[in-house]
Amino acid sequence: MKALFCLLLVGVAACASAPSQTTQSPTPRDTTKNEVGLGATSVPNADPFPSTYVPFPSRTTVIRNVNILTAAGPLIRNGAILMQNGKIAAVGATVNAPADALVIDGAGKYVTPGIIDDHSHLGVYAAPGGNALSDGNEATNPTTPQVWAEHSVWPQDPQFPRNLAGGVTTLQVLPGSANLIGGRSVVLKVVPGRTVQAMKFPGAKYGLKMACGENPKRVYGNRGGPSTRMGNVAGYRAAWIRAVDYRKKWDKWNADHKGDPPTRDLGLETLAEVLRGNILVHNHCYRSDEMAQMIDIAHEFGYKIRSFHHGVEAYKIADLLAKEGISASIWADWGSFKMEAMDAVKANMALVDHAGARVIVHSDDPSGSQRLNQEAAKAMEAGAEIGLPVSEETAIKWLTINPAWALGLDDKIGSLESGKNADVVLWTGDPFSVYSKPEKVWIDGALLYDRADPTEQWRTDFELGFVPFNRN
Amino acid sequence: MKSYRTTRVALAVAFLVASAGASAQTVAIVGGKVYPVSGPPIENGTVVITNGRITAVGTNVPVPAGAQRIDATGKTVTPGFVNSSTQLGVQEIGFGGPPVDASARGKDNIAAAFTVWEGLNPNSVLLAPARKEGITSFVIIPTGGLIAGQAALVDVVPGTTSDMIIRAPVAMVAEIGDAQQAGLGSRGELIVKLREVLDDAKYFQTHRDAFDRAQTRPFAASRLDLQALIPVIEGRLPLLLTVDRESDIDAAMRLAREYNVKLMVGGGAEAWMMADRLAAARIPVLTGAMNNIPAGFAALGQRQENPGLLSKAGVPVALIGNAGGGDEEAFNVRNLKQEAGNAVSYGMAWENALRAVTLTPAEIFGVADRVGSIQVGREGNVVVWSGDPFEFTTRAEHVFVRGREYNEKTRQDLLIERYRNLPGTHNQPPN
Repeated sequence: MKALFCLLLVGVAACASAPSQTTQSPTPRDTTKNEVGLGATSVPNADPFPSTYVPFPSRTTVIRNVNILTAAGPLIRNGAILMQNGKIAAVGATVNAPADALVIDGAGKYVTPGIIDDHSHLGVYAAPGGNALSDGNEATNPTTPQVWAEHSVWPQDPQFPRNLAGGVTTLQVLPGSANLIGGRSVVLKVVPGRTVQAMKFPGAKYGLKMACGENPKRVYGNRGGPSTRMGNVAGYRAAWIRAVDYRKKWDKWNADHKGDPPTRDLGLETLAEVLRGNILVHNHCYRSDEMAQMIDIAHEFGYKIRSFHHGVEAYKIADLLAKEGISASIWADWGSFKMEAMDAVKANMALVDHAGARVIVHSDDPSGSQRLNQEAAKAMEAGAEIGLPVSEETAIKWLTINPAWALGLDDKIGSLESGKNADVVLWTGDPFSVYSKPEKVWIDGALLYDRADPTEQWRTDFELGFVPFNRN
Repeated sequence: MKSYRTTRVALAVAFLVASAGASAQTVAIVGGKVYPVSGPPIENGTVVITNGRITAVGTNVPVPAGAQRIDATGKTVTPGFVNSSTQLGVQEIGFGGPPVDASARGKDNIAAAFTVWEGLNPNSVLLAPARKEGITSFVIIPTGGLIAGQAALVDVVPGTTSDMIIRAPVAMVAEIGDAQQAGLGSRGELIVKLREVLDDAKYFQTHRDAFDRAQTRPFAASRLDLQALIPVIEGRLPLLLTVDRESDIDAAMRLAREYNVKLMVGGGAEAWMMADRLAAARIPVLTGAMNNIPAGFAALGQRQENPGLLSKAGVPVALIGNAGGGDEEAFNVRNLKQEAGNAVSYGMAWENALRAVTLTPAEIFGVADRVGSIQVGREGNVVVWSGDPFEFTTRAEHVFVRGREYNEKTRQDLLIERYRNLPGTHNQPPN
């Protein structure tokens, strides 16, 4: 935790010199055939706001005598896990602990991968709220693929440390759902940083936020439209028609470099990247009939939907989701707060899982995000009640490796396997009990949260000096 | 002669069944660990409910002949839970759907006369899911404005609004944390406004004749609103103030002392900071354990330990959903048990958390003689849980309200039946 204060008080540069095996310099993201290198415009891998994240100093740590839900296999009872150089070095019944390792006895406790929330608005709708911090919806036009959520993220949002204390180690921060196409998401590590760049997950792909149904037509119904669901669909298709055209022009120019390059368009650049498969689509959509239409639109223009978010009716088309390889980022029990959420059932997750589609427990809520384990537990019980019991080994996947897949990061995070990032949570007990809480949280092997030691918990700039917690 | 008598008895029984649903029978819940809440837990206890009321509780209670016997061995038996703050029944769809009947327009943001339960829909499909998870009573709270209106406590039973009501009103609801919402400019102005209205209510109380002859000065509120406030200034009807900031709670307490008003604090994000003073004044607090976000400058001290700290200091605490997400005001009032579990996780004694969802709300809303505990004479609102009621793996296996067991399929159950075997056809669900 010393590193934390180093960052807050001295600055990133001083800390960056700390030895670390996992330091990653900002590197171009996935390469594709069309790449022509940095400096060219409208290229797939242009990275104008590169991550400056540097893992915090870590020490070799062993947790032994602990129950481990790996999200990659059966529960290991009274097993051990070794974190070394920011990575998971070993997991099993026993591990060989190096002599210098810090050894933690985990008797009666549980270890899981860090939780991943693929639907967050932390930083873009920061606490304490109000218009001044309302930065999540560029509600000036129903189609705004040109905006990037990271440009709205306030790193001092006091909700970040609370999320970390809830065992969340990675977040996808999305623009809101006012717009048909809301803009780019950003994937963040839940770490203190002076800048959003210092929180950005190195190498993570961007996501594109799209939204179905009531929200866009409610926001734009009296402002030039769309005012109907059919207007929504016309809006998506018009945008993709332009994107296909834009991509064609740029792909041609990138291939032959003849003449002047086409004029850049920020929004179409993002959409073209979706068509090239470099940006993953996260589609807010409640109703099954609308999800089926969004799938047809994706087919029409040749892109893939990575995840339907909210999907309270996912259970009605679980077979279709499984066939299309689309995940469902859903709540355990939210419903009826609007018309399109009326058919919410608590067994949604169990039914979708049973049909063979990927289930993700998401939050869309700064409070719920702190207790995603409890949300999963409610959904497990709902499954059991209808004769579709969900094992803890399955439920942990809903919280970790499945959202990792939705973000395209399942090779780095989401399960406790040798070589993966040491994003680890030690729970006071069974994580699916209402009485369990994260006790310690590591990101890239660095201990960033310790419930037992309030003096070393991350506090944002915003929280400094306020009376309530300075009084005791 | 004989046949005449038989007919009369049969008629009487039929009338009873018709008027009280299927409650005209005897139920004996045996073998469970019974938490009466009004007294210590009873191992291997028996609870007998006859004609809708609890008629016996204890260890050596004989099971009456002909009673329906519920084996609760290894189970937990508690009073039905009371959710102290919801818009259940007056809000089917939060927004973009049918109208929400939780708020009145009022006059100058004052709607003291508003009786929210007049808009209650006993056929709301949101009622059954709540009851299925152990909520047997709830308090409908009006929202919005400065004085939002009057709250009612109802049971989750079928029938008319009158059938449901246990007591109405149970509180006058006002919000003093947000001047803007009350149509005013600042906190101070808000307190002045409340004072003005309470002063006017006092004056109105003693000068009604003059008012009727149009011989009084203009009042800050309408006749009906002033009249509705009289029980408040007489200390008969509690004033439930939604208020978060420490200084706002302090202002509310001063106001209550000055006007001799029975105060209740709702929300109370920073109530833990003045737990001792609230305890000394016996002011109840309605709050939750699932919010720690400084969601505004009035709630910087928001923390999950709030109910635990208040309870430890001796403040009467009723648990409510306070996380602000997930529709806890209607569809998810059923998550009260999760709130209680989290309260325990953050320092509240388990027994106090159980009390905070049963007997304490019944006491502070003045209906402890009807609901909130398992005692002889109380309504047969009893839940048999498969285990610890706050734990996720626990099911409400039997839910009795006024002695009748409810286990009908909810709308959600029917949706699941229709779609669990896909593709099926939607008009002809697969068997």
